[in-house]
Amino acid sequence: MSATPVLALRGVSKRFGAVQALTDVELEVHAGEVVALVGDNGAGKSTLVKTIAGVHPIDEGVIEWDGKTVQINKPHDAQHLGIATVYQDLALCDNIDVVGNLYLGRELQKRGVLDEVEMERRSRELLQTLSIRIPSVRIPIASLSGGQRQTVAIARSMLGAPKLVILDEPTAALGVEQTAQVLDLVERLRERGHAVLLISHNMADVKAVADKVAVLRLGRNNGVFEVKTTSQEEIISAITGATDNAVTRRAARSNGEAQK
Amino acid sequence: MSIDKTSVTPDDHAVENPEAAAGADVAVDPRLLVRERGFAGYLDEFKRKMRAGDLGSIPVVIGLIVICVIFQSLNSAFLSAENLNNIAVAMVATGMMSVGIIFVLLLGEIDLSVGSVSGVAGAITAVLSVTNGVNEWLSVLIALASGAAIGAIHGFFFARIGAPAFAVTLAGLLFWLGFMLQILGENGTINLDSDGVVGKLTTYYFSDVAAAYGLAVVAVALFFVTSFLDSRRREAAGIPARPLVDIVVRTAILAVVAFAAAIMFNQYKGLPLALLLFILVLVITDFVLRRTTYGRKIFALGGSVEASRRAGINVTAVRVSVFAIAGFFAAVGGLFWSSKIAAANQSAGAGDLLMNVIAAAVIGGTSLFGGRGRTWNALLGVMVITSIQYGLALEGIATPVQYMITGGVLLATVVIDSITRKTQKTAGRA
Repeated sequence: MSATPVLALRGVSKRFGAVQALTDVELEVHAGEVVALVGDNGAGKSTLVKTIAGVHPIDEGVIEWDGKTVQINKPHDAQHLGIATVYQDLALCDNIDVVGNLYLGRELQKRGVLDEVEMERRSRELLQTLSIRIPSVRIPIASLSGGQRQTVAIARSMLGAPKLVILDEPTAALGVEQTAQVLDLVERLRERGHAVLLISHNMADVKAVADKVAVLRLGRNNGVFEVKTTSQEEIISAITGATDNAVTRRAARSNGEAQK
Repeated sequence: MSIDKTSVTPDDHAVENPEAAAGADVAVDPRLLVRERGFAGYLDEFKRKMRAGDLGSIPVVIGLIVICVIFQSLNSAFLSAENLNNIAVAMVATGMMSVGIIFVLLLGEIDLSVGSVSGVAGAITAVLSVTNGVNEWLSVLIALASGAAIGAIHGFFFARIGAPAFAVTLAGLLFWLGFMLQILGENGTINLDSDGVVGKLTTYYFSDVAAAYGLAVVAVALFFVTSFLDSRRREAAGIPARPLVDIVVRTAILAVVAFAAAIMFNQYKGLPLALLLFILVLVITDFVLRRTTYGRKIFALGGSVEASRRAGINVTAVRVSVFAIAGFFAAVGGLFWSSKIAAANQSAGAGDLLMNVIAAAVIGGTSLFGGRGRTWNALLGVMVITSIQYGLALEGIATPVQYMITGGVLLATVVIDSITRKTQKTAGRA
């Protein structure tokens, strides 16, 4: 792991009108590292992701990319730097086939004409190397299951050879088998040296694949933990912001019952 | 939409990607859509497509055949070379405008102003060339540019300001109608020289029999060569390709239709210039929509605006340009309209024209909800509508009945479309 993080946020703030969505947020992601970003609903996870992806430019603070300060004002800026984002709502076009979706916005051309043959060949190759299984690369996205769409969306983010991949709730709507496939895929991304920022609600997923957990609470940092040395309870208490809350009380109760 | 035509075997992977070969048996999904080679495979795929509601152009083609059979049995003049040739010329004005509407429908939007804009284009040409003595070619160019500019204005209000396209173009419908009446002046009708540029659009025929046959030969040859080369390239790249039998069958069907049409045209006055221009426009627009990044952006916007924006597509620019294209083709249609009546008058672009333009696109198979359709749909749709008009006119059936029948056909089309879409949804291919 290199000393300079691929992406570093320093004191980032973002306001929407009267709402202070993010306040002085710090975050570092290194190459070959999976950082999980967790927090309760409304903690600012999605806003933070959108500032990195260039959907909402930041109001204050600094974004560093490979140690250099950069401006990310448009999605294009983020793409140009090598940031690929897979949103929760996937952002795929239902009416276009898998190949078309993989290459949407960066179509391969040959003398000004779409090079469908090359795009299809590379799509098949990419899906194979990521061990993604779909019925055919020439069927519209509408025909695919939720898990298949998720893997297509992640594969799509890999095409630009990004340095940082941001995954927003990639397993939220998936079954057991599909979740395992997506987590496998996340590990494959790490092995290939990508930095991964994983937004998740699911503690089991976080424990399974993440190296570090960054917790957001009410738009502020609430601790960064090493996954190996941190218990799930510690992370949860950081998320909820207290050691005494509904979750810990319930855990204590069930522990007490177990001891009886 | 095409499905992989050949089965994927693990051997294929070994050739193209040794690294993945070890896991190749894993990479092949047991539910892969595969097709056997040969006739049995053909039939299988056809049946599967029918069950899945993937009807393509089949309902329209059947509809056309039914229309021909009915009108021919009522009046044997319907399938005469003269009548068919007249239909081929008369349908071009509506067809051109329909091409523009298809671009807008692909976005999932609607342009209600195309009728009025077509009238404006005719009026501009007539006023400039006849009243003010401007060179007719220049007048035509100015009219076409005005059409595109008007479309771009609508596009600006829709894409940049965020007003609904329906409302913006409804305002445009009224405004440009008034504009046309204003520039036509008190007289209201300006006659065009029927031997001029605009006049020739619908009156010129390539009387040499070689023209129609030549066009048929070129079309068939071009279709075969491009399909064949594409298939070869796909095979060379190791991805599923259309088998040669498939290409030959398709080419044969096209050849039968093309040569039948050529023989028919040559029995009357020959290949009409209007139809040649229409086919050229269809070939070019189809190419733009399906083979260029610009076309891909239009389909993407019809599928999901948010996905397009995140993919870095300039949504505003594409939307404005699509409305400009609709305006341009409205102007083209307007010129053909003026040519047909050899005048620019106050009734241009009024009446059922707008409805016919939209109906042609929808009957041809373009989805009203965006993202699905081809410009060739305009040809099929406008053939249906114009055939009905001419067939009823031959029978001496009055306009009110024509309207009712065209309305019924449109409703039937939308019903078929909705039902097949439901079937597609349950078959997971919507």
